[in-house]
Amino acid sequence: MYGFEYVAPETLDDALGLVREHGDDAKILAGGQSLIPILHYRLARPRVVIDINSLPLGDVTADDGRLRIGALVRYHELEESDTIARRCPVLAEAARLIGNVRVRTLGTVGGSLAHADPAAELPAVMTALDARLVVASASGRRTVAARDFFTGPLTTALAPGEIVTGVEIAAMAAHGWAVEEISRRAGDFAIVAVVALVRLDRLGRVDDARLAFGGVADRPVHAHAAEDALRGHEPTADVVARAAHVAREGLDPPSDAFVSGAYRRHVAGVLCRRALTRAVARALA
Amino acid sequence: MIARLVLNGRPREVDVRPNQTLLELLRDTLGIFDVKEGCDEGVCGVCTVLLDGRPASSCLVLAAGLRGRAVTTLRGLERNGGLHPLQEAFIRHGAVQCGFCTPGMLLTTLAFLEREPRPDREAIRAALEGNLCRCTGYTKIVDAVEAYARGERHHG
Repeated sequence: MYGFEYVAPETLDDALGLVREHGDDAKILAGGQSLIPILHYRLARPRVVIDINSLPLGDVTADDGRLRIGALVRYHELEESDTIARRCPVLAEAARLIGNVRVRTLGTVGGSLAHADPAAELPAVMTALDARLVVASASGRRTVAARDFFTGPLTTALAPGEIVTGVEIAAMAAHGWAVEEISRRAGDFAIVAVVALVRLDRLGRVDDARLAFGGVADRPVHAHAAEDALRGHEPTADVVARAAHVAREGLDPPSDAFVSGAYRRHVAGVLCRRALTRAVARALA
Repeated sequence: MIARLVLNGRPREVDVRPNQTLLELLRDTLGIFDVKEGCDEGVCGVCTVLLDGRPASSCLVLAAGLRGRAVTTLRGLERNGGLHPLQEAFIRHGAVQCGFCTPGMLLTTLAFLEREPRPDREAIRAALEGNLCRCTGYTKIVDAVEAYARGERHHG
């Protein structure tokens, strides 16, 4: 790696001051599982690396039906947290699919969201969950809906001087859930990932459905037409298959060096049906 | 700047460059060569160390950011200067050919077995999916881990 200055602020205010001071010359280091490879490859050449790992952003808390996840919560904590397992288990299932075990030791929720890889799991999960990202700058704090946050490949609605400090999610304890993905090799980014959540009313009809894809566009895709195809219906195999068809028809995925857009689209439909089938089974359990 | 770590049980303070990785600290500064350098992007697993007991790619950790964490490398597994029983199982089952991936395999396995002491073969394969071996085809590595987890070491 070429040289850079390293700073490790102890407080959020200090960190935000440094982010404002250095602007585009700085990169934020959280878990480092994307940033350090980028530095190794010299795809970014920051003059300053601001290591935020000393900041108190590592907690998972729940109250009033809301779940708050600090930006520095690690993927393995999503896998192992009792609070996550009780309040929003889809996060644990998604976390298990991220990278490899070493990535999950260090990689962070805030890092994944701010990095905004279009094929990453957590941006798709937060899109499905309709999460709100909490962002802060030296001049204040605001929240941004996940569905508005991702604006392109590795591109977000973060303004200059802002960092992600956490994410807020409405608890999803009553929903059945599933995450399905296909990748070329274990640990690779997804060719297609799909996140499904389904809640049933007491008559067994879908009263809430959440569906989002990763890997099929330049950002996560919220499949609202497919959600509408489920809502109010008993989730029979036919209804699930129709919803998956609707979801697939709404996608126009790109081709890349490995797979064609047509293949991606086909796989998206298949994985969507599988994910919905599992989510419905869990909602019934 | 100063990197603080507890290396294989021993507290250390080492002068490092801001851009120096833990891998470079271990190999280039401290001469610990049981940690290997492979892909430099966290994919291959040969630079695996345990950070506070969990597997991490030392190529993706800045030494300056260690903050006193416990770092375990393969030599931290030695008992009274002898091999760890898992190492013996690897030898017995022919799980080592060139040996380049072996330190990472051993450390990842031990961290995994701490949390799941009686895994089946499928779970072992999943646990090691982030550690690449270009020689063995993995079968003998999984054999060795399975035998060790079953307690074969007590009879060897």
